This record gives sequence, structure tokens and C-alpha cells, in this order.
Amino acid sequence: MSLSTPAVRPAAGPGARRSHAGLLQAWLPKLVLAPSAAISLFFVYGFMLWTFILSLTSSRMLPSYDFVGFAQYARLMANDRWWVASTNLVVFGGMFVAICLALGLVLAILLDQRIRQEGALRTIYLYPMALSFIVTGVVWKWLLNPGLGIQAMVRGWGFENFRFDWLVDPDMAVYTLVIAAVWQASGFVMALFLAGLRGIDDSILKAAQLDGASLPRIYWRVVVPCLRPVVFSAVMILSHIAIKSFDLVVALTNGGPGYASDLPATFMYAHAFTRAQIGLGSASAMLMLGGVLAILIPYLYSELRNRRHG
Amino acid sequence: MDNVIRRRTFGARLGRALLYAVLLLAALFYLLPLAVMLVTSLKPLAEITPGTLLSLPQEPTLGPWTKAWGEACTGMRCEGVGVYFFNSIAIVVPAVLISTIIGALNGYALTKWRFKGSELLFALMLFGCFIPFQVVLLPMAQTLGWLGLSSSRAGLILVHVVFGIAFTTLFFRNFYVAVPTELVSAAKLDGAGFFRIFWRILLPVSAPIIVVSVIWQFTQIWNDFLFGVAFSAHDTQPVTVALNNLVNTSTGAREYNVDMAAAMIAALPTLIVYVLAGKYFVRGLTAGSVKG
Amino acid sequence: MYTFKTSFQKTALVVATAAATSLTFASAHAAEVEVLHWWTSGGEARAANVLKELMEAEGYGWQDFAVAGGGGETAMTVLKSRAMSGNPPSAAQIKGPEIQEWGELGLLGELDEVADAEGWDELLPPTVAEVMRHDGSYVAVPVNVHRVNWLWANPEVLEAAGVEMPTTLDELFTAGEAIREAGYVPLAHGGQAWQDATVFETVLLATGGTEFYQQTMVELDEQALGSEQMIEALETFKRLRELMDDDMPGRDWNIATSMVINGDAGMQLMGDWAKGEFTAAGLTAGEDYLCAAAPGTQDAFTFNIDSLAMFRVEDGEREAQQALARLVLEPTFQEAFNLAKGSIPARPDLDMSEFDQCAQQSMQDFQRTAEEGGLVPSMAHGMAVRADVQGAIFDVVTNYFNSRDMAAEEAARRMVNAAQAAL
Repeated sequence: MSLSTPAVRPAAGPGARRSHAGLLQAWLPKLVLAPSAAISLFFVYGFMLWTFILSLTSSRMLPSYDFVGFAQYARLMANDRWWVASTNLVVFGGMFVAICLALGLVLAILLDQRIRQEGALRTIYLYPMALSFIVTGVVWKWLLNPGLGIQAMVRGWGFENFRFDWLVDPDMAVYTLVIAAVWQASGFVMALFLAGLRGIDDSILKAAQLDGASLPRIYWRVVVPCLRPVVFSAVMILSHIAIKSFDLVVALTNGGPGYASDLPATFMYAHAFTRAQIGLGSASAMLMLGGVLAILIPYLYSELRNRRHG
Repeated sequence: MDNVIRRRTFGARLGRALLYAVLLLAALFYLLPLAVMLVTSLKPLAEITPGTLLSLPQEPTLGPWTKAWGEACTGMRCEGVGVYFFNSIAIVVPAVLISTIIGALNGYALTKWRFKGSELLFALMLFGCFIPFQVVLLPMAQTLGWLGLSSSRAGLILVHVVFGIAFTTLFFRNFYVAVPTELVSAAKLDGAGFFRIFWRILLPVSAPIIVVSVIWQFTQIWNDFLFGVAFSAHDTQPVTVALNNLVNTSTGAREYNVDMAAAMIAALPTLIVYVLAGKYFVRGLTAGSVKG
Repeated sequence: MYTFKTSFQKTALVVATAAATSLTFASAHAAEVEVLHWWTSGGEARAANVLKELMEAEGYGWQDFAVAGGGGETAMTVLKSRAMSGNPPSAAQIKGPEIQEWGELGLLGELDEVADAEGWDELLPPTVAEVMRHDGSYVAVPVNVHRVNWLWANPEVLEAAGVEMPTTLDELFTAGEAIREAGYVPLAHGGQAWQDATVFETVLLATGGTEFYQQTMVELDEQALGSEQMIEALETFKRLRELMDDDMPGRDWNIATSMVINGDAGMQLMGDWAKGEFTAAGLTAGEDYLCAAAPGTQDAFTFNIDSLAMFRVEDGEREAQQALARLVLEPTFQEAFNLAKGSIPARPDLDMSEFDQCAQQSMQDFQRTAEEGGLVPSMAHGMAVRADVQGAIFDVVTNYFNSRDMAAEEAARRMVNAAQAAL
């Protein structure tokens, strides 16, 4: 590479290192990062602070600065719907992450067996990630609606007693959210795992095979441990999808029946925007952010530590 | 050798058959919604009855598509989603380019020009990935007002760039961290400057991660509804907002076929990108994090 | 009382002057109004188009900003975002106590000049005018009056089941049973919070009467909210669920209406916007479909008034805004809009002969209940209480309605909590 005649080469010798150009070079990285740092300081942390301040006020339709201490948090704690929403997030998030990981791993391993048309299958598994629920919401509502969708179709085939009415069952509605969310993200997880599998050195597998280990055993004992970093990134991506889930609920159940399938994100939106309770909405947003932090900090900690050691 | 293979034939065949059966079943699960959308969008309205989700159209028609593109009404405007499709493009293209460029420079500066606190800065910026967007709607509205950008296309682009750079920085940083530093150090000794090193050493190897960043941002911004509806004016609304208006416009017999066609139109760009470049997307995404 | 003729003359005069003025100034500054609304369905849009054309005929521009979805929820989000950025539209579809709330924020512009010139005080019924005013000044203009407590029915289904249009809740249950036996869904319903609340407030009105309705849904009297009467209303409300089909959660109201239209279902409890659906399907009131006051609420009228509130804008835009306010109450628009929407005009002096029998009955009942009492604001449609209280009541109602095991006593207790927490 012909990098030896740069225009900004510091003038001859180490003595002249502190020229203006040199100073500029030393500061350039920081200058480049400065706008982004300022942006995240203002638009992320500033907005969070603003939200926190609002959560201490009695703001209703638009922000006001009439402080009421932690009263909004107390109201939130006494709100039945908030607890339903939080519990739902735990159920939904837990199942969503677990199923995506399991399904993604299984599909990736199966797809790694020198399959014909692998490319086509991979694309089919992956494409839902490209679509938002604004787009697929209508069709999902259809499919899950007992009178129009899968139930009606299967009954039409002659299975008169077939039931699939989770969408209209208050106890089961939250699981329809899991189905649709798994549909959207599991293919993506599969692709992550597949790339991980492809990255594993064949010699490790060969050695294990020579030891006479059975295939499932090899996968469980040798391959899966190698995929740890992928599992980790996948969990992060999935949990942030789970916490942010909003379009999904609005499109599928709109929180119903009743508010049986509400999630914190929809709770926050409903209170801050349609119910003129910005104070309460902000308090719920702060608790959501707390949840995000609880997941993010361990991730960052291990991520940055690994980098340092690796 | 031949014998070995033949002896295992039956079990292996059964295994293979099972394998393919499972994979195809999974493919059906993933394809079902898209198939229903596509089939429905090609049916005349009369053919859409309960329980016939998947039956093929008897008299296939492109009518719903042309109607969804150019004629379907929301409010007083009967111009379909076509106009809004181009609004989306006008927002997405600059937003994707700007956020990718900024992300690349950030990732480069964070990994190859480390300074005290650069890791902390990265960690702090990363938080932007996780902030739920509903939370920022109102403060963002106020800020856009201060900047004089409310309800403008530039404002919407700004919003997408601001909340996109956390992701693009993450991608580029994780990618560049795996690029050997020796070359960069050598170039620095040679006196090459910040941008020159980026241009000559980092950029030429960045293709995979640029693909990732572009696809990710493209999908996110194209699919965005919340910012699109809150920060656009009547003439700058993106296609997702138009789709929502169309689908939620309620009177008379709902034209499910037109709704589905409009949904397909709104979905096509991201769908095409995934089909064409999905391979590179995943490859690039894992390039940094998985080492053999 | 103004007669139609004099008010028309007056309007004509104003139109003429305005036209002359606009001719002079139109080229200098093409004043525009931006109108945020969620009248997106076919009939509504056509009706709103009449207003647009009226505006354009006077030389003003109309920028249509329609946002569909969730009964205006999305539109309200957009409005808040616009207001926060200091760039509100000239006019927005806002109604009920929410007008007061926007007024308190100091964001609305007054319309007193137009109101004086047009004599709104005489033109509008006092109940309507009251909603449109903030701090003594007009800040919004009414577009229509919806009646919420209606029962719609398919006569063929009723005939097949051998029943008449029910006039009491008991008759409703008996008729429902007969309809079910005949193989139809007795009551079409969509399980969305606002629809549940619509049915609930109607049942409450039927079982408790107007006074009790006022106490509970408007004044939020805690004793009344927790009373035996409330528990009884809740129990009756829950019993209605037995007349509905299992697939109803999440269903849109107009899909439910189409079940009545197609003869899958016998009846529906819904406001008169449902008529827009019947009309769009080409049906005639009294022949192809029946309308009657919801059983047990013949002497009451739950009103839901759509209105356009005017935001504080710059002077150039203000002129167009004032014209918009004037034109909204113009007979041409009132008639065209309400024929399409199923509601009745906000001004009682119009000739109702173009309207069908349901609307005519609605107008009669409106005037009768306004005089005799019985005219009450709809809680479910944001006319009675503010959005936060309304939301809290929605939560209780819809949760109770969909829960398998919640007792009516528990629901009543939560209703009291909802009123307390919101205050």
C-alpha cells in the first residue's frame, strides 16, 4: 500500500510532532465521535432525564411541571393493569426467548446437514424478520381468529371438533403473541446459530467423532458450548425485542380480551397518549428502562471484559 | 467404502426423510402468513369467505394491487399507497446513508484510535439501542419544534439517524475490533492521517458490515410506524402510515384483498432486500462475534 | 328562535361578503387550513369533502390530514406530538371534555366573532353549545350529534325467530334466546374496550335510569358507583355476553354490523354511526333493517357530539379558520355530512325531510329529552368524563366483561377505585 506520501505527514523528525496538523490528528477521533456523543447525551440521556422528571409530576395531557413526588409510582403499583402487563412481559419474554433459542438451534443444526436447497430454506426462515407487524398484523389476526382463520380452515377439512381459539381466550391470548413473535424472530436466531456452526473448526468435530461419541452427544457436549457467544448475542437481541414489543400487541390483540394481553410498552403508550396521564405513563416508562438496564449492564460488562481478555 | 454406505442406507434414508420433513414443516409455518397475504391479494372480493384462507384464487386478478397502489381511498384522498411509497424512499435513503457513515466513522475511531474513556463512551452510546421509542415521542416532538423541523421530512430523517447510530456504531465497532491493528499502527508510523487510514485500510474490508448496517437500518426505518405517524405532515407520511390508514378505514364490506395487496406493496422492498442479501446480512452480523 | 329562512338569508349574505373578500385577497395570500381528523371511511370522507369544496369555493385551501385507527387514538397521538412541537394544525377533531382540557392549556383560539355574527347562541341547543365553549368563548364547532343508545336489527332474522323488536331488557333476553334457537347469533358485538363500554352504559341507563346514570357516569358519585343498583347493572351487562358469539374479542364494530346486515346475527347495540354501514350496503331503514332506542332507554338519549376544535394560529390562517367554523354549521355541510354519517345535524332548525326515519326519530328524541330531561353525555365516547377516568372505567368494564370469575361486587368496588384514583 502506498501510504508513504501522505499530505498530512508531520514535518520532518520527532521534534516537530506537536505541529498543528499533528494536534489535529490527535483530536480528530474525538472530533468525529463528538457529534454522536452529544446526540446520545441529549436524545437518549436527556430524554430519559426529562421522562424521569415528568414521572414526578402530575402531567396529564401535555407535560406540566407540578411536582407530586413519587405519587405516580405509587399509583402504578396500585394499578391492576400494570401488574397484568408486567406479568405478561415475564411470561411472554421468557417463552419468546426460550422458544426462539430452542427452535433456532434445532433448525440451524438440521440445516447444517448438507441439505439441498439450503439457501431457499434459509431465506424462508429468515424473511419474517424483514416485515413489521404493521404489515403482517391483519393476516395474523385472520389466522388466529377462530371464525375466520386456522380453526375455521381445519374444521372445513372435516375436523369438526378442532379448537384453536387462543386469541379470544383471556387466559391464552398472551400465547398468541408468543406464536407471532417466535414466527418473526426465530429464523433470525437460526441464521445466527447457523453462521456460528459454520465457524466451528471441523477438526474438533472429527476428533470427537473418532472418540466414538454419538452425534447428539457431540452436539450437546462439543458444538453447543462453542456457540456460547452466539447464544449471548441472541439473548440480548431477543430480550430487547421482547421489551420493545408494541406493534405486535396493537396488531394482534390490542391488549384484549379485556386487558389480558397488555404489555408494559402498550400500557405506557395508552396512558401517556390516549388517556392523558403523562405522569403515570412516564413512571411506567422509567420502570421499563430499569428493566432494560438490568439486562444490558451484565451484557456490557461481560462483552467489554471478554474483549479485553480476548 | 461402498458397502459401508449401503449398509446404512435404510436408517440414513429414514433419517434424511425425517430431516427434510421437519425442515419443510418449519418452512410451512414461516410461509403461512405470507402465503395467505399473497393468495388473498390476488382474489376478487367475492371469493374471500371464512375458512378459505389458503384456497387458490379461482379467477386470479391484479385488480387489488392496482387499486392499492393508485386508487384506494383514505379520507378524501384516493391515491392509494403509491405516493407514500416514494415518501418512504425519500426518508429511508438519506437516513440509511447518513447513519451508516456516522456509524462507520464511530466504530473506526472507537477501535483504532482508542483513548481514555472510549470504551465507556461506547457503552453509553449503546444504551440508545434499547430505549423504547414510545418514551421519546413527546420530548422528540418538542425538540423538533425547537429546531424548526416539525412535520418535515428532514425532521423525520433526523429522528431515524439519531436513533439509528447506536446500532450502526455497534455493528462497525464489533467488526473493526476484529480487524488487525498492525496495519493501522504501521500506517500511523508512516504518518498517514485519520481519514486516510480509514479510506485506505478499513473501508476496503468493510463490505460485509456495510451490508449489515444498510440492511438493518433499511428494515428498521422502512418498517417504522410510530415516528412516521407522529412526526410527519399530511404530505410526508411514510407508506406504513398510509397502510395503517387504509386498513383501519372502516366502512361497508372491508376489501381484504386490497388491504393485503397494500400490505404486500409495503412489505416488498424489505422482503426483496432480505431475499437478495440475507446471506450476506447474517454472515456479516456474525463476522465479529463468532471466531472459529 | 331563528327560522330556517332567516338564518339562510343571513348565511347567504355572509357567504357573499366572504366571497367578495376572498376574491380581493385570494391571490395575495392563499390562506389554508390544515384539518386533522379521522373521518376516513368512505361515507365520512365524502361528507368531509363537501366541507373542503365549500372552503375552496371561498378561495381557501384545505389540507387534509386524516389519520385512521383506534377511534381516533392514533390521531390524538399525532395531535399531541404536533402541539408539543408548537405546530398544531388549524383544526382538529376533538370532542367532549377534552376540548376543555386543550382550552386550559391555552392552545385553542376563540371563535366568538363568527359565533356572534352567526348567532350560534340561538342556533345551537344549550347542551351542545356548552361543550363547545371554554371559559365563555366558543373554541370548537359541532359537526353532528350521534345517539349512542340504539338497537339495530335484521327483520328477516327476527321473523325467522318469531320475535318482535324488544323494548325492555327482559324482552331482549327472551328474543335473544329465540334467535339463538333459530340458529343465529342473537347479539352482534365486537370485544373491544370501547364497544364493551358502549353496551355497558346502555344497560346502566336501562336498569338505573337517567338520574342514576348521571350520578355514576358523569358525577362519579362513589356511593352510587358501589351501590346495589350498580351491581345489578353489571350483572345484567354480563348476562348479555351469553347472547354474543365466542369469536367476538377484538372484532371491529363494523364487522359486527355486517353480521346483522348479512343475516348472521339478529341485533346489535351500537350508536347511529352503524347506520352508515347499513346505508353503504344499500339498505333502507324500516324495511331492510330496523332501528329503535335501546331496550329500556326510550326516554333517554346518550349523546356523542363530533366537533372540530380550532387551534391558536397566525392571522392569515385565522381568517381561513373562521371561515371553516362558519361553513361547518352551514346547512349544506350539516345535511350532507349527517346523511352520510348516520347522525343528526347539530342545529335543530334544519329541514329533516331528506333524512330517514331513524334520524327523524333521533331528532325528535333529542329535542324531547333536552326538554324533559334524559339527555345524557356518553361515557364510552368521551363526552361525560375526562380521558383518564374514562380509561380507568374502561379497564374495569372490559376486564369484568371478559373475566370468567370476577364477581359484580368486585367490579363495582374497582369502579369506585377507578373514580377515586382518577380524581
